[in-house]
This record gives sequence, C-alpha cells and structure tokens, in this order.
Amino acid sequence: MPRLALPALTVALLILPVGLGLFFTLAPALGFSPTEASPGLSLAAFGDLLAWPGLPEATRLSLSTGFAATAGALAITALIAAGWEGTRAFALLQRLLSPLLSVPHAAAAFGLAFLLAPSGWLARLLSPWLTGWTRPPDWLILQDSAGLALTAGLIAKEVPFLLLMLIAARSQTRATSLARVATTLGYPRTTGWLLAAFPALYAQIRLPVYVVLAYSASVVDVAMILGPNTPPTLAVQITRWMSAPDLTLRPLASAAALWQLALVLASLAVWRLAEALAARIGRARAMSGHRGRVVERPLRALGLTLATATALAVLAGLAALALWSVAGFWAFPEAWPDTLSLKTWMRHGPMMAPTALTTLLIAATAALTALALATGCLEAEARHGLRIGPFGRLILYLPLLIPQIAFLPGLQILMLSLGLGEGLAPVIAAHLTFVIPYTFLALSGPYHAVEPRFFTAAASLGASPSARLWRLRLPLLLTPLLTAFAVGFAVSVGQYLPTLLLGGGRVSTLTTEAVALTSGGDRRAIGAYGLAQTLAALLPFALALALPRLIYGNRRGMRGG
Amino acid sequence: MAERLTLDKLEVSAGGACLLGLSAEIAPGEVLTLMGPSGVGKSALLGALTGTLPPGLTASGVARLGPVELTALPPEARRLGILFQESLLFPHLSVAGNLAFALPPGPRRERRARIESALEEIGLPGFGRRDPATLSGGEQARVALMRTLLSAPRALLLDEPFSRLDGPRREAIRSLTFDHARAYGLPVLLVTHDSDDAQAAAGPVVQAVPGKIAYG
Repeated sequence: MPRLALPALTVALLILPVGLGLFFTLAPALGFSPTEASPGLSLAAFGDLLAWPGLPEATRLSLSTGFAATAGALAITALIAAGWEGTRAFALLQRLLSPLLSVPHAAAAFGLAFLLAPSGWLARLLSPWLTGWTRPPDWLILQDSAGLALTAGLIAKEVPFLLLMLIAARSQTRATSLARVATTLGYPRTTGWLLAAFPALYAQIRLPVYVVLAYSASVVDVAMILGPNTPPTLAVQITRWMSAPDLTLRPLASAAALWQLALVLASLAVWRLAEALAARIGRARAMSGHRGRVVERPLRALGLTLATATALAVLAGLAALALWSVAGFWAFPEAWPDTLSLKTWMRHGPMMAPTALTTLLIAATAALTALALATGCLEAEARHGLRIGPFGRLILYLPLLIPQIAFLPGLQILMLSLGLGEGLAPVIAAHLTFVIPYTFLALSGPYHAVEPRFFTAAASLGASPSARLWRLRLPLLLTPLLTAFAVGFAVSVGQYLPTLLLGGGRVSTLTTEAVALTSGGDRRAIGAYGLAQTLAALLPFALALALPRLIYGNRRGMRGG
Repeated sequence: MAERLTLDKLEVSAGGACLLGLSAEIAPGEVLTLMGPSGVGKSALLGALTGTLPPGLTASGVARLGPVELTALPPEARRLGILFQESLLFPHLSVAGNLAFALPPGPRRERRARIESALEEIGLPGFGRRDPATLSGGEQARVALMRTLLSAPRALLLDEPFSRLDGPRREAIRSLTFDHARAYGLPVLLVTHDSDDAQAAAGPVVQAVPGKIAYG
C-alpha cells in the first residue's frame, strides 16, 4: 500500500463531506439546483430570508448563546483549574466530570429540563415546604426566549470537554512549573495560575474552544429541547425548513444556512479579537504586581461551586431521567413517584430494541472505521517521520468548526442526486466525519507516548515494521485504543442531525427518537429513551475499563495506563 | 531586617516513608549546600520549604525565618525566592514583564525605573522589551535571578540552577547569584550534586542521606 494512502483517505473523509456539503447546501441559495433545471442565478432566497420576521431574534439567539456558553464554560473550567488543581477536590471533580463527557448532548439536555422545569425535580424537592407551591408555578424556565436554559445546558455539557482538553494540554506546557514560580513570587493560587500558567495552556486549547463556540452557536438537538420555540434558534428553523415536505422552502433554508455559516465565522473572528484584548488586559494585570490576595477566597469558592453545580446538575438530570422511566403515578409536588413500575420499558421496549440495535450498529461501524484510520495515520506518521502541522490540525478540526447545519443538507442533496439514496451507509459515512476527529484526539497522545526504545529494541531483535505494530505497539496501546473506540462510539451515539438528514427519515437511532419525543412531552418515554441513549454511549467505556484488567490482570507494568 | 533561616527536622515523605530531611541553621548572607545525587529528593525538600510539594508527597517538621514559622504560612506568604534548573520565565510576558510580575505594586514610574536599573544591574540594559525565548541560557538565568530578587524574598533557595549552564558562563552566573545573595543579606540554601557548586558557595556543606534527616 502506498505510504500515504491512509492519511490521504482520512483527509478526504474530513474535507470532502464538508466541502461538497457546503457547496450543495449553498448553491440553492443562489438559485442553482442540482436536481432540477436551474432557473439561473437569483438572489430571491435572500429576499425571502430577510422577509422572515424571526430573523433578527434568531440571529441574536445564535450569537448570544454561542458567546455566553463558550465564555461561561471556559470561565468555569479556568476557575476550577486555577483554584483547585492538584487538590483532592479537583481529582474528585475530574473523576465525576470525565464520564459526563460521553453523555449525549440530548440526554444531558433532557435531564436538565427534568431537573429545572417548573414541575421539575428541583421544584418538587423544594415544594411545598419551602416554596408553598402545590401546583407548578407558571414560569417560563425552559425554552425561555432569551435562551438562558439553552446556554446553561450547553455550559454544563462543555465544561467537562474543556476541562479534559486543559488537563491533556498541561503535559505539553510547563503550566504547573510556571504556576509554582508565581506562588513563590507571592501570588496566591488562583491569580498566580491565571496570570502565569493560563496563557500557555489557552494557546493549546484554542481550537477546542473554537469548536465549543461554533457548536453552541449552531446546535440543533439541544436547542430543540432547551431553546425557545417562537421563534426558535436559527439552526432549528433551518432544520425545520430543510425537512419540510414543501421543497420550495429549500432555497430559503439554503440562504439561512449561509447566514448561519457567516454568523459562526464572524463569531470566531470576534472571539479571536476578544482573545487579543483579554491577553492585553491580562499582561497589564500581570505587570501591575498586584498579588490578588483579596479576591483569592471568593474566586476559589466561586470556581468550586460552579464546577460542582455543573457536575451535579448533569448527574441529577440523568437520575431524573432514570426515575421518570420507572415512575408510576407521580403527582406534583411529590418528591418521589407513588409507585415504581417497568410499564414504560415494557410498552416502549419492543420499539426501542431495533432502534437500539441500529444505534449500536452505526456507532460500532463508525468507531471501528475511525479507529482503523486514526491508527493507520499515526503509524504512517511514526514510520515516515511525518508531523501534523498547524494546517493538519485545522483539517482535523474542520468538521467540528463548520456548523453541521451548513453542510449536512447539501450532503443529503448530493447523495440523492448521485442515486445513493438515504439509509444506513450514508448515515455511517456522515457520522465518520465527526467521529474521526475525536478518535484521533483521544489516540494521538498515548500513541506518541509509548517508549520509543521498545521499538529500537524490537527492531534489533529482527522484528519487521508490521510485527512491531501488531505484536508490540497495538498490544501496548490496548487501553488507549479501547478508550479511543469508546470516545468515537459515544460521539456517534450522540449525533442527531447527520442521522436525521442522511437517513432521510428511514434510519432512526435512540437519539433521533428521543429528540422526536420533545414536542409530545411524555416524560416517561423521554426518560426511557434518554437513559437508553446514555447507556449506549457509556457501554464501550465499561469495556475499555474492564477488558485491560482481564487481559493484563497479571502484568503490573500494564496497569494504570 | 535580615533573619536566619532555621530548618528543624524538615522532612519529606512519600506514603509515610521518609525520603529526605534536613536540620540546619543558615545565617544571613551564608550559603549552606545540601549535596546529594540526583533523584534523592532534594528538590522535594525545597518544595516542602516553599509549600509547593507535588500531590503524593507530604512535609513534616518546622522551618523558621527569624521568629516567624514559615511552615505555618500559606505558600504565597512565605516569601522564599527559588531558582530552578530551568529559568521558567513566563513565555507570554516580555523580559520587563517578567520582572514587573515579581515587583510589588507601586507607582508606575517608580516601578519602571526600578526595572531599568535591575536590568543594568545584571548587565542586560535595554533588554526590557525582548521576548525571553530569544535570550541565551545565561541571559535567561540572570533575568530569572533578578525576577526572584525583585519579589523581595527573605531567603533564597537554589535548586541546581547552574547545572544547565556550561563553563565560564556557569561560573559567572554562580558568582552573580552568590554576590547578590550576600549583598541582599539573604540566607541561601543550595541543593546540588556538583562539588564545584559546593566549593564556589564557600559555606558549610551537608551530605543528603536518603531516608534520613541530615544535620547541618
């Protein structure tokens, strides 16, 4: 096999869907249609978009949730690391937050909804003894028009992501040493860490932060669950137009998708400027010599409170999903259901089982393929002394930086016009575009961390390159390989839009089914599907923990890897 | 204002087992050298002094500066200047920015003048706007030394700060450091595995004993 075949294929799988998808999404906005005879260049679709009365509000929502969720998640992540890194509380929180990373966004959003709704668990736990409520208050907590619930949901889900990226970046910088220098120069923990260690760390997690920003400004499933309805966010409205049976709405949807893309790109540019401004302010603050002794205690308390609240909110939300799925009669304001029963599971089980199987099949195929590609790329990199430069990193992140809603519809149109139809294969291919980057991120650190002298030793014993790969590197990397597979699996389980659009309504997964239940408001069904979705995403993590213990139970050097 | 640095059975342990300990008194302007091979826990002992031990290691015993019990203070209040093997200059700040970070707050003009004169003092006038990454190893070491001194420490801890430098440069930095410590009247604790360093320090030398408390 040519030495660059696998990297080239991987790059193609990352770039082509995005590039072609963008083109075929946006072409209809200009009056071109790949399926019908084109009436020629036309800007009518943009006129229609401007005439849509919801446009200003949808634009504002997209921008405000993007910035607020990103800034909030980054601030909580920085504060908890600044004030508590190296402490027992931090280790505990890290252990609590890590599994939350793989909880599908939709499930976390449903959990939060079950917790915070006027008739939610929190209100029930506090009623009537504290609040005096015997009926749910008439408050619009969820789906509020300002998008606050949506922002909160996104923050809760993105803090674990950013924190793990930050912890991974720590080994690539001297952050810990620099923070220690600040301490010996008289700076308390939080201020010292923020002024001395954070700048270098931020440079390492910049792309993940951009991913959070692009995602938060254009997310569909979380916005359907927690976001406002009239009008919805721009991305949700585009999805409605795209999946409407009325095909004349397509040009309008395309114009809106172009607008969404422009908003995300503009947000990224504004964020970049804000970064430069924040760096200036930070440097001026660092050079003022003020030690920040007064703010130390409040900042540490704030960081711990917010991070704990984040973790507990998601965990309690998942518990609420589980409870509702087995709840019998449960009247407000009772804190617990009167009875527990398996009725919901028995009623939905027969329909859920094939959906669950489809979900697992898609996720396993996508995750395995991505794992093979990532391993192949990393091995090619190691054998031929290649390096992934900044440009390569950008390509890897490309599918995560371009809003899904801007290129997936075009991909659907392209598939249809090529006669490839809709179904399982296109869905898996589309999942792959999002699974590859995360698999790669999860695997590349451990891949490079293997003691290189093992391979020198093996080569001097006469082992060929492929023997060194199959008999040495892959067995040594068993745990990271399983973890990377689990990460890819969880990413696939959580995908909503690719399944919806490329499945053409014929492929349903636990995620699409769960999100489809939103409007019905059947809490027991939502609880069951949300829980099933979470379990599906967590299942391979259990294997990633258990298998190495079984296989390497009698090898002390393989533990803790 | 100069005070003696006293270590009273200061000791570092990992999982209950003693790694290394030291009992000693260091007068202002004096350099006490703790000698021992690498990996014996000398850096950890300094970490116990500054209060910045990595997780998993614990400190016991007492360190005092004059009458003040250092080990009862939070790390940021101990005011012990420390220099490491690497200069650890902050990469996002200029050379002047690194010095300004250490200097206590005050009127802007005075601070600027203080930094200018500090740069002259270490033979690097006009280096203020430079990116620390563009400095040579010796220049970085001098900036790191001055950064520590500007924070007005009450004692100086040296964690093999010369071992990365070579030949004449090493000697130059070494004498610059000791001269300044003497001029500022700071008690100095030097840990090293290099007998040249110990000789140049011209003070008492204590051999580190793994698993035991050494007495100086």
